[in-house]
Amino acid sequence: MSRALRHPSFAAGAVLVALLVGAALLSLAWSPYPPADIDIAGKLAPPSAAHWLGTDSLGRDIASQLLVGSQNSIAVGVLAVGIGLGVGVVLGCMAAARGGWVEELVMRAADFTFAFPALLTAIMLTAIHGPGLATSIAAIGIFNIPVFARLARASAHAVWSRDYVLAARAAGKGPWRITLDHVLPNIANVLIVQATIQFALAILAEAALSYLGLGTQPPQPSWGRMLNEAQTLLFQAPMLAVWPGLAIALSVLGLNLLGDGLRDLLDPRLARQR
Amino acid sequence: MTAFLLRRLGTFAATLVAASMIVFAVLELLPGRPAEVMLGDTATPEAIAALEARLGLDRPAPQRYAAWVGGLLRGDSAMSYAYDTPTFELIAERLVVSLPLALLAMALTVAVALAAGLYAASHHRRAGDTGVMVLSQIGLAIPNFWLAILLIMLFAVHLQWVGAGGFPGWSGDDGGGLGAGLAALVLPALSLAAVQAAILARVTRSSVLEAMREDWVRTARAKGLSRRQVLWRHVLRNAMVPVLTIMGLQFANLITGAIIVENVFVLPGIGRLVFQAIANRDLVLVRDVVMLLAAIVVLVNFVVDVLYAVVDPRLRRATAGDAA
Repeated sequence: MSRALRHPSFAAGAVLVALLVGAALLSLAWSPYPPADIDIAGKLAPPSAAHWLGTDSLGRDIASQLLVGSQNSIAVGVLAVGIGLGVGVVLGCMAAARGGWVEELVMRAADFTFAFPALLTAIMLTAIHGPGLATSIAAIGIFNIPVFARLARASAHAVWSRDYVLAARAAGKGPWRITLDHVLPNIANVLIVQATIQFALAILAEAALSYLGLGTQPPQPSWGRMLNEAQTLLFQAPMLAVWPGLAIALSVLGLNLLGDGLRDLLDPRLARQR
Repeated sequence: MTAFLLRRLGTFAATLVAASMIVFAVLELLPGRPAEVMLGDTATPEAIAALEARLGLDRPAPQRYAAWVGGLLRGDSAMSYAYDTPTFELIAERLVVSLPLALLAMALTVAVALAAGLYAASHHRRAGDTGVMVLSQIGLAIPNFWLAILLIMLFAVHLQWVGAGGFPGWSGDDGGGLGAGLAALVLPALSLAAVQAAILARVTRSSVLEAMREDWVRTARAKGLSRRQVLWRHVLRNAMVPVLTIMGLQFANLITGAIIVENVFVLPGIGRLVFQAIANRDLVLVRDVVMLLAAIVVLVNFVVDVLYAVVDPRLRRATAGDAA
């Protein structure tokens, strides 16, 4: 634990991620104002004791919108990474355990999906089903599946070639038992590090989709849509475009630093090479 | 080399076919009839049937798929539902903005990333290296559309050097021209390139560092070559394989990034087109634009695969060995 706290990337990342999670948890119970409360008389107010970061063009409190908006980023991150991990790891482990045509099929399917970045999938899904939080979670989640499938397969292959797996097979354990007892515990570290990175990418992708109007819809506040609304007021109220961007950048920075730190701490060999 | 090229070409074609099937399946076969989506909730069954007949949607799916792909291959595209113009014409009009934007952004990315990555590697564990790594960590965290807004705030609102968006066109007759057109693309390209350069600089740095640890570097130094000569003649070429891989993958990011950044700067490119198409519920246009973007991503990865083999002959033999 003390080694972890002395690692600068890990410590800085942990603080930033704790702030993000703390903000989301706090906003579940309390925010200075209800984030959707409109007060036209108090619109575009500068920062003050009543409104710490000021108000937007409809008089809504910026600090409250930022706080509640963090729920959205975390929800998308957790669900999109969850979809990628859940489906991807099962496919990747199955490919490594079975080999042959199963492996070929899974890997070729993973190859094909690289032609569809998350935004293209989101565009197709939005064209049919309309914009919304569910569409963006689905698009980012689908994009994550091949990422985890490839990683799980490659890492699982390395485990399958170890002597203790050979011993387990000789003892009569089947491929599923071996995957559960030996492969998964040994590839968990790599998967956790990748999950942190994909979480950061999911926050970026959700913000982009919401900025474009394809993601979270009003009245639910989201950092991406706040930036979109702020862009029309760059001349009158430039700071409106600074706060949500800063919130996104700090969250992503925190997750990336945490991922880097975890990789070094969980696999010290890599840290020495860098 | 020929066998390698043929194998890669086969994979390229298969990937394109699979991508076209995915696009077709998502946009035309998933629940929700396309004609209903296009006409909205208030459409009468007669209007839906009439539009289905007009777009050929009343035919069986395999026939529609064959007609679509056949049209794409002959260069004879479907009519956009909202614009009543062949989709290829609409796309070609917009590509003259999007393609130069993506290429300018890629050029900026490569120039900045290679310089920063090489500098960091040759100053390993010194202040310059740390500086590059910190900057790249920040670059990774900044969303491109936020950077775009910040650049507009600085250069258009505060300094008033450039307009806040829009595109004057490449031709002098429309009030634009080469200089004015390029000037309108500089800020969008910068906002696209910053994140990509951050990623590529890190890859270049670690790849060069790895190559510098090889035995042949020591041999070359022992032979009397200077550090600089070894770096330029030997290390760089060997470090290029991972750098090329990432560059290929980055092109996909640039294309999707361009969709977002074009919307920030109100550039009349492919990104704006696809958004107007979604707003107009023009599924025909959405389908063809998405297919084009997917095809560009696949094509760039194919070109990168072939480039690997040129840079590193071992890869050619390794793949030939796999096939045997």
